Amino acid sequence: MADLSCKNLSMTFTNPANGAVVEALKDINFTLKKGELLSVLGPSGCGKTTLLNMIAGFLNPSSGKLALGDKAIQGPGVERGMVFQQGALFEWLPVARNVDFGLRMKNLDAEASEKLVNKWLDIVGLTGFGDTPTYQLSGGMQQRVALARCLVNDPELILMDEPLGALDALTREKMQSLILELWKETGKTIIIITHSVEEALLLGERLFVMAPRPGRIHKEYNLPFAERGLKTSLREIKQQPDFSQVREEILTMIWDMEEEIMGNV
Amino acid sequence: MSEFLSSHRADIAAIVILILTGLFIWSIYYGLRRTRTLDNQQVFGDPERTLGGWFWAVCGVSSLLLVWFYFSWGTARAFFPNAANEMCQVAKVDEALTPITSKLPLGDRYYKSTEILVRNRQQIIDLEEQMPAGVYASTEEKMLFSILDRNKDLLAIFSDSSQKSSATRQALEDIHLRLVGLSEAIEAGYKGLAPTPEALAQPRWGVTDSEIPMLPQTARGVLFDNSADQARKIAADFLKIRNLPDGAATIIASVKADIESLKQADKNYSGTEQDLASRKAYLKAVERIFKRLDDGTIFPSASMAQINLDIAQIQDSVKSQTTSLRVIDALFLPGEGVVKSRTLCVEQGSSRWLPKPTDVVAKFALLANPDLENGGGYKGTVLFWWKWLEIADVVDFLIPDGLIDMLPGDYGIHNDQAEFVKTYKDHLLALAQGDVYLGVVPMLDGHIWDSMFRVIVAMAFGVLLGVPLGIYMGVSRFFKSFFDPLIELYRPVPPLAWAPLILTIFGIQDDGKIFLLFMVAFAIMVISARTGASGTQLSKIRASHSLGASNKQIIRHVILPNALPEILTGVRISIGVCWGTLVAAEMLAGTTGIGFIENVARTVSDYELIWVTILIMGLLGLLFDLAMRFAISVLIPWRGKG
Repeated sequence: MADLSCKNLSMTFTNPANGAVVEALKDINFTLKKGELLSVLGPSGCGKTTLLNMIAGFLNPSSGKLALGDKAIQGPGVERGMVFQQGALFEWLPVARNVDFGLRMKNLDAEASEKLVNKWLDIVGLTGFGDTPTYQLSGGMQQRVALARCLVNDPELILMDEPLGALDALTREKMQSLILELWKETGKTIIIITHSVEEALLLGERLFVMAPRPGRIHKEYNLPFAERGLKTSLREIKQQPDFSQVREEILTMIWDMEEEIMGNV
Repeated sequence: MSEFLSSHRADIAAIVILILTGLFIWSIYYGLRRTRTLDNQQVFGDPERTLGGWFWAVCGVSSLLLVWFYFSWGTARAFFPNAANEMCQVAKVDEALTPITSKLPLGDRYYKSTEILVRNRQQIIDLEEQMPAGVYASTEEKMLFSILDRNKDLLAIFSDSSQKSSATRQALEDIHLRLVGLSEAIEAGYKGLAPTPEALAQPRWGVTDSEIPMLPQTARGVLFDNSADQARKIAADFLKIRNLPDGAATIIASVKADIESLKQADKNYSGTEQDLASRKAYLKAVERIFKRLDDGTIFPSASMAQINLDIAQIQDSVKSQTTSLRVIDALFLPGEGVVKSRTLCVEQGSSRWLPKPTDVVAKFALLANPDLENGGGYKGTVLFWWKWLEIADVVDFLIPDGLIDMLPGDYGIHNDQAEFVKTYKDHLLALAQGDVYLGVVPMLDGHIWDSMFRVIVAMAFGVLLGVPLGIYMGVSRFFKSFFDPLIELYRPVPPLAWAPLILTIFGIQDDGKIFLLFMVAFAIMVISARTGASGTQLSKIRASHSLGASNKQIIRHVILPNALPEILTGVRISIGVCWGTLVAAEMLAGTTGIGFIENVARTVSDYELIWVTILIMGLLGLLFDLAMRFAISVLIPWRGKG
């Protein structure tokens, strides 16, 4: 029931100083069924982060409707968890207190929350790191904490804003597998924004390629790679011919868009 | 124990200086060796190059202390404890001869006689030209010119060596012989001389208030002390000599008579008031010059030349006996050395305002003694100790009487039996006025504590009120814009500029000072809390929203901890500024506190006390800062790592 629906969504930013209007998003329409894994790709300035922020409730759309299930989205909420590029961890708290932050805000009793925290730390592979200060963790580990912190709240929808953008290639691949595993095990609806075409293909059951000025969905794909990634290694998938074909197609598309932007300038 | 240490401060200083010198040399050797090995691993500019290096700290501190010992003459006192006493005796000779030397080129560039002569001759010539026209009869005019001429004649007679009277000649010769005798006595040395037991019983250099013992404590000192006695007598006799040759005596008598007759003429003068005034003024000027000449203090330069030579000879003799002393003076007593002034020998040089380290420590020990009855503490208050504090006094301070007035009900009244019937309000009022005994608690006490207490209370109020306001200013457009102008307008005013006003309104005791410091701390705390709060990363705020935190929870659990590093930095800065402001405020007014001590010390020029207070302030400031640094490293280990 908890499908994400997006109807005629538009977002315009007005500069209060000179009244200049920027159309960040125009007429976005889509429905995301429960349990779907969506990746969003596009050149910079195409409004993908704006879209995510609106779904998270940090921004209110200028027009159009956003709803999760039958509840219209108004302001941030626990049912829509968010994972940020740099983790956005609370560095003054150790790992476990970061993970149970949401639970403490709800005043969940200590015993229950401890159980939940340990469970999620196990799942993301951070068993025994509960008392470690977050600033002592590597980038990949920090993102694992951020994932656990989000998942411990049991959100219906997980929003990820370039979650692996700051990681090195090897860690990145491990984290991609982890995200796929989590998706499989929890059956959550997930939206991932990324700059990397490969990542978008690997982590997207569905894939939106967005275009700028005004921000819109340029093309939509339904892809088999995420399902495949649950069984085979990601590196193998990357070498399969159909993967390369779609990758090249999208790369050309984005390349053209970038060219167009440059030409306009 | 302290008595023993106090009277052996020179010996203690000697040991300390030797240790410091050792440390100084060792630290340079060790430091150079360490630098040589580490330089290979670190290029210039590598921040690692600033790490460690405690041995250079040892080097810096020991050289600073050595410089202090040196310029305070502490080194001289430690290793040459008799030097000042001996120099004092030499200074006594100098002082005793001053009446003579001040009349000679040796002491004053020109002969005193030359100066008098030149000045008066010029004035006589001036007077000849300035004689008022038309107020004197021609005979009177002639008489005046003749008086001036005879004055000139007097100058000539005084300066003529051949016209000296035989008595004067004899007296000068006598002085010459006695000076030669003195010079020979000094040359003869100090063998067989010995200091008196009374002199040896004097406190050592620097142990008493008068600093340098007056009576000679060495054989050489005795020689100079005796010579000074001798010189004093010679000088007294020298001052009695007058140069009044027979020729001069007749002239003086005739001039006196003429001036007298002119005065008589003035009395019978029948001209205008104005003319009479100018006659009187002129005659007065003429008489003034004559009075300067008629006492016979002008001598022929030829007859003074011998005295000049004699004095130079004495000075040479003194030098020949004080070679080692002059080396010590040049090397270890920067400044003019020991000078005798009236009844005291004083240190003339940097040590006048820079007390010796050991003396400062002794002074501190004296102040730190909590036993007020036996000379401890300062101005009736201990330096840093404890006392029993009545809880009732605290209650009295905390609960204003007006609060009880506002409670419902009435105070007690007297009834028909003339009994006072108390109500609950009477009991509460007694409590609020501190009349109920509630027991005592141990509490710190003293000048240092008073200063610290003011800073701590002001800081507490500053943090409790400033941090919440700063946080709200960091998250709210209204709070920021509403309070920003208020705070930014009063903050840049130097705190001391507020002091006269604040001290008038709140009183010169704790209240006024605490409020002044509160103003300082409040502004800094607001600004730092605001900076910290508004610097929270947006993604952290958004993350906490998504995790279900309410606005209040975000302030408490995200913004406040995120601002904590800035807040603690603010506390550190404001403690420093408060401390500086407090000392200045205490110097303005008040009866306790470190600044108060220094202010009193300043008015009585007690340099030791001034330095003691300066060192206490420095050490306390350092202590505050170290405590804050420790608190920062414990409370916010994540600082700079987020």
